Amino acid sequence: MATAEVSSNIKKLQVKRFKPAEDPKNTYLTDEKGLWAWLTTVDHKKIGLMYLGAVAFFFLLGGLLALALRTELWTPAKTFIEADTYNQIFTLHGAIMVFFVLVPSIPAALGNFILPMQVGAKDVAFPRLNLASFYIYVIGAIFTFIALFNNGLDTGWTFYTPYSTTTTTSVIWVTLGVFILGFSSILTGTNFITTIHKLRAPGITWSKLPLNIWALYATSIIQVLATPVLAITVLLLTMERFMGLGIFDPANGGDPVLFQHFFWFYSHPAVYIMIVPGFGIISEVITTFSKKHIFGYWAIALSSLAIAFIGFLVWGHHMFTSGQSAVATTVFSFLTFLVGIPTGIKILNWVATLYKGSIEMKTPMLYVFIFLFLFSIGGFTGIMLGSLSADIHLHDTYYVVAHFHYVMMGGTLMALLAGLHYWWPKMTGKMYSEVWGKISAVLVFIGFNLTFLPQFVMGAQGMPRRYYNYIDQFTPFHQTSTIGSYVLGLGLFITLFYLLHSLWRGKKAGSNPWNSRGLEWQATSPPDFHNFDHTPVVIHGPYDYHKPMEEFQLGLAVSHNGHGEETDVKESKVTTN
Amino acid sequence: MANHSTTHPAHLHHHFVDSDQQFDAAKMGMWVFLVNEILFFGGLFCAYIVFRAWYPDLFQEASHELNTLWGAVNTAVLIGSSLTVAMAIRSAQKDQQRGLRINLLITIALACVFMVIKAFEYSHKFELGIFPGEWYTYTGFEHPKASVFFSIYYMMTGVHALHVLVGIGLIFWIYRRSVKGEFSSEYYTPVEITGLYWHLVDLIWIFLFPLLYLIE
Ligand code: HEM
Ligand SMILES: [Cu+2]
Repeated sequence: MATAEVSSNIKKLQVKRFKPAEDPKNTYLTDEKGLWAWLTTVDHKKIGLMYLGAVAFFFLLGGLLALALRTELWTPAKTFIEADTYNQIFTLHGAIMVFFVLVPSIPAALGNFILPMQVGAKDVAFPRLNLASFYIYVIGAIFTFIALFNNGLDTGWTFYTPYSTTTTTSVIWVTLGVFILGFSSILTGTNFITTIHKLRAPGITWSKLPLNIWALYATSIIQVLATPVLAITVLLLTMERFMGLGIFDPANGGDPVLFQHFFWFYSHPAVYIMIVPGFGIISEVITTFSKKHIFGYWAIALSSLAIAFIGFLVWGHHMFTSGQSAVATTVFSFLTFLVGIPTGIKILNWVATLYKGSIEMKTPMLYVFIFLFLFSIGGFTGIMLGSLSADIHLHDTYYVVAHFHYVMMGGTLMALLAGLHYWWPKMTGKMYSEVWGKISAVLVFIGFNLTFLPQFVMGAQGMPRRYYNYIDQFTPFHQTSTIGSYVLGLGLFITLFYLLHSLWRGKKAGSNPWNSRGLEWQATSPPDFHNFDHTPVVIHGPYDYHKPMEEFQLGLAVSHNGHGEETDVKESKVTTN
Repeated sequence: MANHSTTHPAHLHHHFVDSDQQFDAAKMGMWVFLVNEILFFGGLFCAYIVFRAWYPDLFQEASHELNTLWGAVNTAVLIGSSLTVAMAIRSAQKDQQRGLRINLLITIALACVFMVIKAFEYSHKFELGIFPGEWYTYTGFEHPKASVFFSIYYMMTGVHALHVLVGIGLIFWIYRRSVKGEFSSEYYTPVEITGLYWHLVDLIWIFLFPLLYLIE
């Protein structure tokens, strides 16, 4: 028998153990049914799933476009599409993958679902804004589709002026789409910051926050600080096209490099909007499957904030060759190297967490290893690009293409896949097929490297990016890359199929299939409409694997806010068995 | 499952523990949003700084085309409206329903005065041919890049005016709710956070006025 009193700062709380039901009757999925209930829900879990669906859709679309690009590059000259079409396809591929997939993927889809559960809240602070952010995303997407069917777009995802103000394709629809999309990102960020500050359950101090929350917190700060700058940039660009505003047009006294400054002031931090939430997932998964306390909790938590901060000071490394002053270039190069430090700190701490852990190689963990491998390559090549003299040679070549695919796809996407597999049982209550999970992870890994390793070599040898034709010398590299992309695509399709299959045929997951100590795993799978049918009370950190499970299943004995059953009040002892 | 107890106030949303938490969250959310707004305008201020550094003489000359008197009047009007919105919050805190409604109405009226004056200023410029960007046809003063100043002027004041319009809508919505008697000393969060927003709109104008109208 253990006593039931946990002292918090001010008052004694009466707690009771709540063991999650293994086969819950009432879940968020059964609570309100029907399409309309879904479309108008303010439940963060359903909104998260809707985002997940939307992101998956765009990922499929962006992925098919990528396969088209790679197929076209099979031969040095025309293979099956026209050059103009090629330009439009790579633009849409980039814009879709960045703005519609990577930016919202982890925060808005997985984060929405998991964040309130990890802080023990019933929902995010502003549930209606959360729903609004989803519809704003949809409206932004509609604008982009209008462009697609109305002349397309061929500026590249970076919309550089002066080309973007002179091309005949429909720039305005996409810039407006991105403008609108920005608001959805801002709303998510605002919501998360407020939730993390104000809605934590009793006992969750800043030092007991899961690292996933720290990562989402850092991400939200970047979202809030950087996205408005993108908004004003694309608004200015829209006006530039609409009425020749002249701010970016030298003929009227403007400056195209100013556009690049504006654009990268958002877009470099934006790469951290994409990767930092991935870091959060890695921290969660790596401890769960090493059954060990995370190594260097504060180092990992604070390095997210350090990355967020330094990330705002390095945008100029995208303009080394754009005629920016030599002083600026040198300073930006130096600051770029600095970003590597907090990133390296993270990697080292993760590896130290593995050391002497009892490692269980489940699919999510497999993806973590893939992440560590690929993201390290991506990060190191970033440092190389950050060195001035090297970048003069490598800028705008396939080397850059390979770099950002290693970080964005090898980093963010692998982390997303890790998180998706990790939380899939929580979200759906079903287990996916572990065998197929591993097969496809291996395919993805092989396919990815086949696709992008040759691009480093090509790039270093001078193959420029965004080109439709190439000289014969590069044929073997391009062809390897194309084959790799098919393998990669196959791996991802298999993932899609076994995940969907598990919805109907999957085994019941139970509340905590991985024996994790995280708070979200102390709810039923799938969770209750209010996440927990009690207010959780937390006395240990989320990675205290040396403490017994029952000490993680505490909740307020006396329910407040009128939720919970009256009988709770009578019980005031925690019985441990 | 949720059987709401009788002590549960009507304004309290289900996912908050108590009114304090709800209030704190709303206020914090608004502050974060204001940070957003500042960065949004920050982009424009940045462009302003860059172009002013490049064409200092243009900015001086073009600034004279703006009507300082009306600009000053508008500044006074907005500062006044910031005062009345603060008084509205004060009234709500003290449960003075009538004071709350009257102050909100005065705020709306002042905001409308601001917009009317702005509209006169714009239309006067349009008559002269001072349009943004490539539509610019004015020949009143000599400078090859003359349109750039006005492009920035229109972008800054235009985006600000949009914020004023949104503010009018918000305050009107608050007014409607206050007529229904939704606010009291117990619950006035929406009044307060709308007030915060309105102060920001005012503050931005206080920067715009000297930067655009008062260049010597
Ligand atoms: C150690 C960290 C990193 C460093 C030092 C770094 C450095 C660089 C540099 C110097 C460039 C410019 C290359 C050029 O255009 O010549 C670049 C491009 C790029 N990086 Fe990184 N990077 C890092 C991490 C990341 C991450 C985490 C992401 C995304 C998740 C990312 C995404 C990109 C993208 C998308 C581009 C190309 C943009 C374009 O021109 O289209 N980078 N990086
Ligand atoms: Cu960058």
